[in-house]
Amino acid sequence: MTSGKTSFGLGRAVSSLALSLAAALTTALPAFAQEAPAAPSALATGAANGAAQASGAGSYTPMAPTPGIGMPVDGGIGLQEQFSKVGEYGHAIHHGLLWVIGLITLFVLLLLVIVAVRFNRRSNPIASKTSHNTLLEVVWTLLPVLILVGIAVPSIDLIAKQYKPAPKDALTIKVTGNQWFWTYGYPDNGDFEVISNMLNVPDAPVINNGVREVGSQPWDGPSQLEVDNRMVVPVGEPIRLQITAADVIHSFAIPSLWFKLDAVPGRINEKVLVIEKPGVYYGQCSELCGVKHAYMPIAIEALPRDKYNAWVLTHAGGEIDGQDKPAPATAAPVPTADASEAPVVDATAEAE
Amino acid sequence: MATTADHFQAHPEDHSHHDHDHKPAFFARWFMSTNHKDIGTMYLIFAIFAGIVGGLFSGMMRVELAEPGIQYLDTFATWFGAVNPDFNSTLHTWNVLITAHGLIMVFFMVMPAIIGGFGNWFVPLMIGAPDMAFPRMNNVSFWLTFFGFISLLFSAFVPGGTGNGAGTGWTVYAPLSTSGSPGPAVDFGIFALHLAGAGSITGAINFITTILNMRAPGMTLHKMPLFVWSVLVTAFLLLLSLPVLAAAITMLLTDRNFGTTFFDASGGGDPVLYQHLFWFFGHPEVYIMILPGFGIISQIVSTFSKKPVFGYLGMAYAMVAIGVVGFIVWAHHMYATGLSVNTKMYFTAATMVIAVPTGVKIFSWIATMWGGSIEFKSPMVWAIGFIFLFTVGGVTGVVLANGGVDDVLHDTYYVVAHFHYVLSLGAVTALFAGFYYWFPKMSGRMHSEFLSHVHFWVFFVGVNMIFFPMHFLGLQGMPRRYPDYADAYTQWNHVATIGYMVMAASLVVWFINIIYAFTAGKRAADNYWGEGATTLEWTLSSPPPFHQFETLPVIGETAHH
Repeated sequence: MTSGKTSFGLGRAVSSLALSLAAALTTALPAFAQEAPAAPSALATGAANGAAQASGAGSYTPMAPTPGIGMPVDGGIGLQEQFSKVGEYGHAIHHGLLWVIGLITLFVLLLLVIVAVRFNRRSNPIASKTSHNTLLEVVWTLLPVLILVGIAVPSIDLIAKQYKPAPKDALTIKVTGNQWFWTYGYPDNGDFEVISNMLNVPDAPVINNGVREVGSQPWDGPSQLEVDNRMVVPVGEPIRLQITAADVIHSFAIPSLWFKLDAVPGRINEKVLVIEKPGVYYGQCSELCGVKHAYMPIAIEALPRDKYNAWVLTHAGGEIDGQDKPAPATAAPVPTADASEAPVVDATAEAE
Repeated sequence: MATTADHFQAHPEDHSHHDHDHKPAFFARWFMSTNHKDIGTMYLIFAIFAGIVGGLFSGMMRVELAEPGIQYLDTFATWFGAVNPDFNSTLHTWNVLITAHGLIMVFFMVMPAIIGGFGNWFVPLMIGAPDMAFPRMNNVSFWLTFFGFISLLFSAFVPGGTGNGAGTGWTVYAPLSTSGSPGPAVDFGIFALHLAGAGSITGAINFITTILNMRAPGMTLHKMPLFVWSVLVTAFLLLLSLPVLAAAITMLLTDRNFGTTFFDASGGGDPVLYQHLFWFFGHPEVYIMILPGFGIISQIVSTFSKKPVFGYLGMAYAMVAIGVVGFIVWAHHMYATGLSVNTKMYFTAATMVIAVPTGVKIFSWIATMWGGSIEFKSPMVWAIGFIFLFTVGGVTGVVLANGGVDDVLHDTYYVVAHFHYVLSLGAVTALFAGFYYWFPKMSGRMHSEFLSHVHFWVFFVGVNMIFFPMHFLGLQGMPRRYPDYADAYTQWNHVATIGYMVMAASLVVWFINIIYAFTAGKRAADNYWGEGATTLEWTLSSPPPFHQFETLPVIGETAHH
C-alpha cells in the first residue's frame, strides 16, 4: 500500500468521483444496501466462537479443498458453484438469461423448420409476393426491446452491487501480478508479503524451480491450479482487494467467487470480495501475459477470523492490530491511514 | 427485376469478342491487374491460401489441446526455426500460434474474401458499373494486403522475445507488445497490420466512390441490392475505424523503438489507453467481417425463396444501425480492465441495443422465406445454416453484453465460443454460401450439388463439435489462450479436437468439388438459379465478359431490389 502511491493522484481523484457515484447508486437500491452491514455482524459471531479456541498463535496447516468446490468439475457444463453474494446473484441472472436465449434460439429453429416444411417447392409451388407488413416489423423490433429492458434491469443492478465500495474498516490486501506468479501484500497485518507460485506437475517440465510437486502434500488441490503459498483471507468479511501488476497486464480471476479484475501496471484496480464459506477457491490468470500465462494460478483460502489471525502470525512481521497475539475476534483491523483514504479504483476512460 | 432484365441484355454475340480481344497477357493481367473481376479472383485465391495457413495453425492448437500437458509444441517450435527449443520458447510458440491464427483469419482470410473477393466481383456487376471507380488503386489494395501477409509470415521466423514470432495475441496489448516482447517479430507483425490496414482503407474509398457514383441509371440507393448496401456500410466502417488502429499501432511502434511512453505508466502513459484505441477499431471490425455476409445471405434467401427480400428498407437500415451503434460499444471488450461503474453500465446498455437490428435481420430473413417456394440448392442450405448458427452466436453475445455477467465469462472459452459462432460459423458459412452461389458465375462451370450438400453437413457437424463444448469450458472457467489446462477440462477439449478433424474433412470435400467443377462441371448458363435470381449479374454470361456494361443497363421504375 505504500510503494508507488503518489503517482496516482489524478486517478484517485477521478475514482473517488466514480466511487461516490457508485455509492449513490447502491444507496438507491435499498435491498442490497441493507445486506452489506449484515455481513460483518454475522461473521463477528462466527469469529468470536473461533477466537475462544484459537490459543496457539502462529500455527497453521493449509486446508484441503473439497473436491468439486471452488474448482472446475470433470466434464462440467455450467457455471461453478458460487460462494459470494454477488456470485449467487450473478448466477441467478445467468440462469435466467440462459432460459431467455435458449427459448429465442428454439423459436428461431422452430420457424426455420416450419418454413422448410411448409414453404418448400413441393408443398408451395407458387411463391407469394408479400414483402412488407408494417405491424409485423414493428412487433419484431419492439418485442426484443422489451426483452432487453427486462434483462438490463437486473444486469445493471448486478453491476451496482459489484461496485459497492468497501467499508472503511475492511481488510486491505494488495494483489500484484508478475511474470509469472502472484504476490499478496497484507498492509493491515504488518505489511508482510506472500509469493505464490504454481506447484510443478509430476512428469512435466519444471515451471518454477525449487517449488515442490503437486500432490506431495495431503492438502494439495488439482494440478495447474494449486500453489505453494495460497492467498489466505478471513471468511465472511469484506476484503478490499487492490490489484496491480509489476510488468505486463495480468488478470486476477476466481470463477467461483464471481471475481475478475485486470492487474494493470501503473494502476490500482479495487473491488470488494466477501467470501461466504470457508474453503479453497481456485482461479487462473485471465489476460495473456507471456509464455507462462497458463502457469500462474490463484488459490484463495478463506478461513475463520481466528485461524486467519493464526496464519498471519506465522509470517515474519505479521501482526494483528499491531499486537503479536490474536486479537479479539470482533475487532476488525484498525482503520489505518491507508484504509481511510479514498480508495484508488479505476481511472476511467473519461479521465484520459 | 424481371422487367428490368428485358430492358437490358448483355448482347450475347459480343461475348466472344470480349473474351478474345481485350485480355492482357498473363503477367500484365494478374500482376498489374486493373480489372475488378481479376482482382476479385486474386483476392479469393489469396484468402483461400491464407485460410489454409490459418486453419493449419488452429489444427496445431487443437492437437495440442486434445490432452492436458504439453505434447507437440516443442515440435512446432522447430518449424519456426528454433533449434532444441527450451521450455520457454516452446510455450512462446503457442502464443505465436494464437496470434497468427487470429490475425490471419481476420485480416487475410475473412476480409479479403468477403470484401476484396465478393465485393470486387459483384458490387460493380450488381450496380451495373463497368468496373470499380479507381481500378489502379484497386490493384494497390490487393498488393498491400498481400505484402502485409508476407510480413506477418516473416515475423514468425524472427525473434520475438522468449522465442521466434510475435506472441502478443491478435489484440497486441501493451505492455506485453512493447516492453514485454523485445526483438523484431512484433515490429513485423505491426507492419503487417499497417499494410493490410492501408490496403483496406484504399479499398473502402474505392467501394464508397463506386457505389455512390457509378450506379446504373435508375438504380437509386433504395433500389440497390442488399449486398451492395452491406458493402457500402462496411466500407464506411473501414474508413472510420482503421485509421484509429493505425494510430494505435504506430504508437506501439514508437513506444517500442523510439522511447515514447504512450502506453507506459512509468512515463505518464497508460496501457488501458491502447485498449480503448484498439477496440474503437476492433468492435467495428467484427461488423466489417459479418455485414457483407448479411448481404450475401439476403441475396441467397431471396433467390431461392423466389420472393423479394421482406422489409427491404428495414434490412438496409438495420445494417446502417448496426454500423453506427457498433462505434459506441467498444469498451464491452474491456469490462475487466477496471472501468468505472457508470461506464460499465453505459456499455452494457449500449451493447444490448445491437441485438435489436440484428433481430430485425434474422426475422426478416425468415419472413422472406415464409410464403416462398424454397429450393434447397447448395447456397440455400448454407444460408439457412448461417441463420441458425448466427442466432446461437448472437444470443451468447447478449449474455456477454452484461458487464456484471462478463466478470465471470470474460477471457474464458465462452468468449471464444461466442465469437467463433458469429465468425467461424457465421462469416465463414456466409462465405461458403456466397461461394456456391456465385462460383459458377465466376468460373463458368457448375459445381456438384451433391458434394456441396455433403460439404455443408460435415462442416456443420464439425464446427458445432468444436465450438459448442467451448461454452461449457468457458462456464466452468477455462481461460483463453492456454496451451495447458486442469484435468477437469479434458473431456470437452477432446471433443473439440475431434470436431476439428471432422471440419477439416469437410474442406477436403470442398476442394474435390472445386476440382470436379473445373474438370467435369457442366458449363454454367447465364442465370443458372432461375427465376428467383433477379440482380444484374444474372443478366450477364457466366463468366461475365472481361469488360461488362459498355452500354449501361437502365433500371425500370417498377424494379424490385
